[in-house]
Amino acid sequence: MPYEPVIGLEVHIQLSTVSKIFCSCSTRFGAAPNTQVCPVCAGLPGVLPVLNRKVVEFAVRLGLATQCHINRKAVFARKNYFYPDLPKGYQISQFDLPFCQDGKIDIEVEGKVKAIRINRIHAEEDAGKSMHAETYVAAGETLVDLNRCGVPLLEVVSEPDIFSPQEAHAYLSCFRRLVRYLEICDGNMEEGSLRCDANISLRPVGTTALGVKTEIKNMNSFSHVEKALAYEISRQAELLERGERIVQETRLWNDGRGITESMRAKEFSHDYRYFPEPDLVPVEIDSQWIDRTRAEMPELPAAKRQRFIGDYSLSTADAEVLTEDRRLAEYFEAVVRESGDARTAATWVLGELLRALNERKHTIEQLRATPAHLAALLKLVAAGGINRAIARETFAIMLESGQMPDEIIRERGWSQINDSQVLEKAVDAVIAECPDETAAFRNGKEKVFGFLMGQVMRRTRGQANPQQLEQLLRQKLDDGNKRY
Amino acid sequence: MITVHDVEQIARLAKLEFTDEEKHRFIKSFNEILSYVELLNELDLDGIEPTTHVVPLQNVLREDCLEFSLPREKVMQNAPEQKEGLFRVPKVIGASDE
Repeated sequence: MPYEPVIGLEVHIQLSTVSKIFCSCSTRFGAAPNTQVCPVCAGLPGVLPVLNRKVVEFAVRLGLATQCHINRKAVFARKNYFYPDLPKGYQISQFDLPFCQDGKIDIEVEGKVKAIRINRIHAEEDAGKSMHAETYVAAGETLVDLNRCGVPLLEVVSEPDIFSPQEAHAYLSCFRRLVRYLEICDGNMEEGSLRCDANISLRPVGTTALGVKTEIKNMNSFSHVEKALAYEISRQAELLERGERIVQETRLWNDGRGITESMRAKEFSHDYRYFPEPDLVPVEIDSQWIDRTRAEMPELPAAKRQRFIGDYSLSTADAEVLTEDRRLAEYFEAVVRESGDARTAATWVLGELLRALNERKHTIEQLRATPAHLAALLKLVAAGGINRAIARETFAIMLESGQMPDEIIRERGWSQINDSQVLEKAVDAVIAECPDETAAFRNGKEKVFGFLMGQVMRRTRGQANPQQLEQLLRQKLDDGNKRY
Repeated sequence: MITVHDVEQIARLAKLEFTDEEKHRFIKSFNEILSYVELLNELDLDGIEPTTHVVPLQNVLREDCLEFSLPREKVMQNAPEQKEGLFRVPKVIGASDE
């Protein structure tokens, strides 16, 4: 019997605030263990948590970007459970009154747009970090670092609208691009600032009732998510084929072995005994607050892509790459504004600039060459001040030194040679030096022309105006033909 | 009505262990508490928003600014066992809940 998977994703994002959600400790990643801890996040008795305003603002931002309903009143709740990395014995989260509900994210798979509904977005505090891998610690012990306790998280729960690992991947990449545009999370899955758990069940194709689901955790990259879901689909399908039942349980993705493994079902079901957090008063978000946030929202990726296609006559593929990263899109637009030539700007940003970023593993903010640098370079090329080959070299230097292109060209004496007398001299010299090749060309071996061009370019250290040079060289070679 | 099973479940969630005699004492007290709370069900609460907090306050917020954390010696001061700046606890199996 053919089955189809039904998948819902729960994504946790660590918010890019400088301080924690309920205290003023730093959220910086990678600090020495237990050095970013205070009485509030250590869960000492008698302390009072106070909510970070930015967390509310980030939640509203994400809610608006996913077309959610923003609850006018949001309430924090205690989720009670014991675990060594949770010093209070409860996690402050939200339960029946989260910040946002009922939204959607549009994804695109194989050219088709599909809406994935968002059930809710709620804020909560992260727990500490437990280390129990035998490679780090002795058998029989777990070591705990509380630095991460109280780092703000938003949990985004999708409806079970995802029907393949590919759709799950598309949803995640759309979501990551969105949170990066909104500048609320760096979206780094490997470092754990974006985490994804999946609920997955199978049902016979053509039916609507949901089957028994499993929850998959421990997927630390986009490819883990795709692989784990594909594995789980075949595992469940095999069980169903054999007439066995699926056990509702949490399974961990083991990337080394390429399988999901049962986390050993607890002998009793979870009972978190949620109740309203008495230490934190409700958050009321009025329409002014929502309007203010809406006014501060950046243009979102999908809208930007459409605009780039329309305004700059870019192909869909080019517009997609240019709008993948908000900073890259802004860089491109700044170059267009200053150079006035969108086509050339796109060619350079998509070509030289992206290549340089990939090679150097730099982000666009780390570049010493600003949009003004690139625009100045493009203008020099357009005005015939330098040819393309020199422009590329100038660009490479510009990236390192941050010098303006005209300065680089002046210092190195790289200006394009447009003086026909100088070019003529170089052409004559090459013809004299290469009698065999010249004769071959004149006997109809057109291929030799490129070689001769190259020789003249070398003599002019690459600075010859290529169009002018080509014309002149042809003319000289043809003149010679007539003479013979 | 509360059963011994309920008491055991609540004890497990609290990571506590009790004797049979204690469990039966809890059955009695839990039932008394529940029947007292039952009284509230006699009230007509139609159209009344559930109370989450009794103080008339909302939006108590702080700005996203850093202040000093505790020195690590203070953080670790009450730890029964520690190792290399980390709290040392008996081995926990599996991943954290959330």
